[in-house]
Amino acid sequence: MNLARLKGPGVFAAVAVLALVVAPLLLEPFRLGLLAKYLCFAIVALGIGLAWGQGGMLALGQGVFFGLGGYAMAMHLKLVDAQGDLPDFMVWSGVEQLPALWKPFANPVFALAMVVIGPMLIATVLGLLVFRQRVRGAYFAILTQALAAAFVILLVGQQGLTGGTNGLTNFFDLFGQDLAADSTQRGLYFAVAIATGLLYLGARQLVNSRFGRLLVAVRDGEDRVRFLGYDPARVKTVTFAISAGMAGLAGALFVPVVGIISPALLGVVPSLELVVAVAVGGRFALAGAILGAVVMGYAKTSFSEQFADGWLYLQGALFILVMTLAPKGILGLAASARDALARRRTARSGDPEPPPADAPGRRVMEEVA
Amino acid sequence: MRNSVWRSGVAIAALATALTACGGEAPASESASVAGGAGDTIKVGILHSLSGTMAISEVTVRDAELLAIEEINASGGVLGKKLTPVVEDGASDWPTFAEKATKLIRQDKVATTFGGWTSASRKAMLPVFERSKALLWYPVQYEGLESSPYIFYTGATTNQQIIPGLDYLKEQGKKKIFLVGSDYVFPRTANKIIKAYAAANGMEILGEEYTPLGHTEYSTLTNKVVQAKPDAVFNTLNGDSNVAFFKQLNSAGVTAQEMPVLSVSVAEEEVKGIGVDNIAGHPVAWNYYQTTETPANEKFVAAFKAKYGADKVTSDPMEAGYNAVYLWAAAAKKAGTVEVEAVRKAAGGIAVERPEGLVTIDGENQHMYKTARIGVIQPDGLIKEVWNSGEPIKPDPYLKGYPWASGLSNG
Repeated sequence: MNLARLKGPGVFAAVAVLALVVAPLLLEPFRLGLLAKYLCFAIVALGIGLAWGQGGMLALGQGVFFGLGGYAMAMHLKLVDAQGDLPDFMVWSGVEQLPALWKPFANPVFALAMVVIGPMLIATVLGLLVFRQRVRGAYFAILTQALAAAFVILLVGQQGLTGGTNGLTNFFDLFGQDLAADSTQRGLYFAVAIATGLLYLGARQLVNSRFGRLLVAVRDGEDRVRFLGYDPARVKTVTFAISAGMAGLAGALFVPVVGIISPALLGVVPSLELVVAVAVGGRFALAGAILGAVVMGYAKTSFSEQFADGWLYLQGALFILVMTLAPKGILGLAASARDALARRRTARSGDPEPPPADAPGRRVMEEVA
Repeated sequence: MRNSVWRSGVAIAALATALTACGGEAPASESASVAGGAGDTIKVGILHSLSGTMAISEVTVRDAELLAIEEINASGGVLGKKLTPVVEDGASDWPTFAEKATKLIRQDKVATTFGGWTSASRKAMLPVFERSKALLWYPVQYEGLESSPYIFYTGATTNQQIIPGLDYLKEQGKKKIFLVGSDYVFPRTANKIIKAYAAANGMEILGEEYTPLGHTEYSTLTNKVVQAKPDAVFNTLNGDSNVAFFKQLNSAGVTAQEMPVLSVSVAEEEVKGIGVDNIAGHPVAWNYYQTTETPANEKFVAAFKAKYGADKVTSDPMEAGYNAVYLWAAAAKKAGTVEVEAVRKAAGGIAVERPEGLVTIDGENQHMYKTARIGVIQPDGLIKEVWNSGEPIKPDPYLKGYPWASGLSNG
């Protein structure tokens, strides 16, 4: 009994040691940078896990919030590099004066605040509009997806303002640090890894709180929650805004880690890829979202390096395989394997007592959340 | 109870971080500066989109580059060593180009990389190559206004393609021009240059329209063009959009005689996709055609067909990619090493007879001297040259030699 209680924190500590001690010691700088990238996606996935796994809101357009955060950061970095001049892409796009939208981003505090506040604000407004009208399920999913598509068209069309299809790239300096230096990239990796850990703990706390129970209740029976006197729209809006804030923060971390932000990262396909990653990891558990993002990210890199010609097939096959064999994702598979083992053990010991009544969904949630 | 256990878990994690932060200095990051030359082979990177929207074009360039590597290996390699290509997929996704470029440089430690097609992919790779002081050979015509010390541009810059195209239209007496392009940096920059040229040469721009990359609905745009009654259309559409645009023009009854559409992104490969019936008779501007008559081209076309199939065509970007490998090999031979700075220094002035004719590397801006050629698409899908610049044109990416362009290149 005691041992079981230690398991969650034990796994967390082990993963943390792996991420913060073992990985930086063993991995080459380039691979460590890739891991930092996967973890940026993991933060977005965590937000999706919260909104979709716990709250039942299938958000297919998280790329929008990722992009808002990323562009806010990139605009700041561009302005710092330009040192009072126009950013390079504006020169070749024929822009002669710094657009008003860009001006406040020269201030680092404003830029960093916008990274989180911008996405949260937009998600709140959208959430209030949509959830009050009781738009949910597939309609909500389609709406978020359309938002992602529209956002990309907007970004591409405003070349002088956003860099168009190219996006923003070629950054030199991050708060006085040389971005090309290995030490800066190492520091960034630690920042991303620690942010992922802290956000996971925060999200876990949220799920275990009264609010979290309410959120799950809204997912499983929105009308019943309403009849009990709660306001499901508010619960959903808050959750959606938090997941948007996470995506924004991830975008801002992504920019210095990878060195580019472009519409190709925010559209429908990358947004879907993240949802797929959450499904692969196991959407009912927050840890599943993180695991899924890292596994899918790693799979994408190694498949494409090994089989430059046909890696997309492998990636698709991996998704289909996981979804058919383990609809609850990798973590769900682990949980049911453990249950099966426990059942066999009780059967062998001849214990007449049936295994603990476990609705699988609930069980998974309690174990890992 | 449960919470306190969790707290200790977090504490262990925090402790571990503190320990690495204080004690663990960076791992031995073997910053091996032995650029790909170690051992008895030389690794070179090839980085094109093998999946996604750009794959259809970029795969052909990869094929041409692999052919060049094969030929060079068959004739003894470079500095007595065989070349081993490391092929990566940029996946039509700009951040992926940056990631794979980093991988080629840092992990595979390639001596040089051949890759890219879209300007966006080049812009994404540029910081990677500049920071790592590694070499990229970029094989496609582009919008100019760039000259990175770590990129060699083997395709045309604007004064070797767009300006000759405009000269040709002017010679033909075309005064009213309509601009049609995809919405990204190349068409927008090209059109800026075209407008400046028109203002200085008494030409009139009747309209300027952009559609998103991959756009395929052209009835509205075609109506606009037809109603404006231009003498010619300057087309900077890229990829699939050309298929829809030319089909629509054809069904609107526009003929190449009354309203020629000059394209700068339609080569032999694209003509197959558009359908010869829709585009025959229209002019294009490039530096090389499959029909270009040089001994080197005869060899190139024959070798390409032998390796990849008799139905394959060769095009300008393919030839530029094929050239890139030979030019790098020539520079490495002259430098006596594949070390990047030595190769860069040796490259200036290297002149090689290529399928398009004599190609000389300009040591200053690392572009090529290239002959401009205007061609007309024939009913058999090939392109017949109708005009050329007579001699290779000195590359001028910032258009410094053109007074009318002085306002364009303050970058």
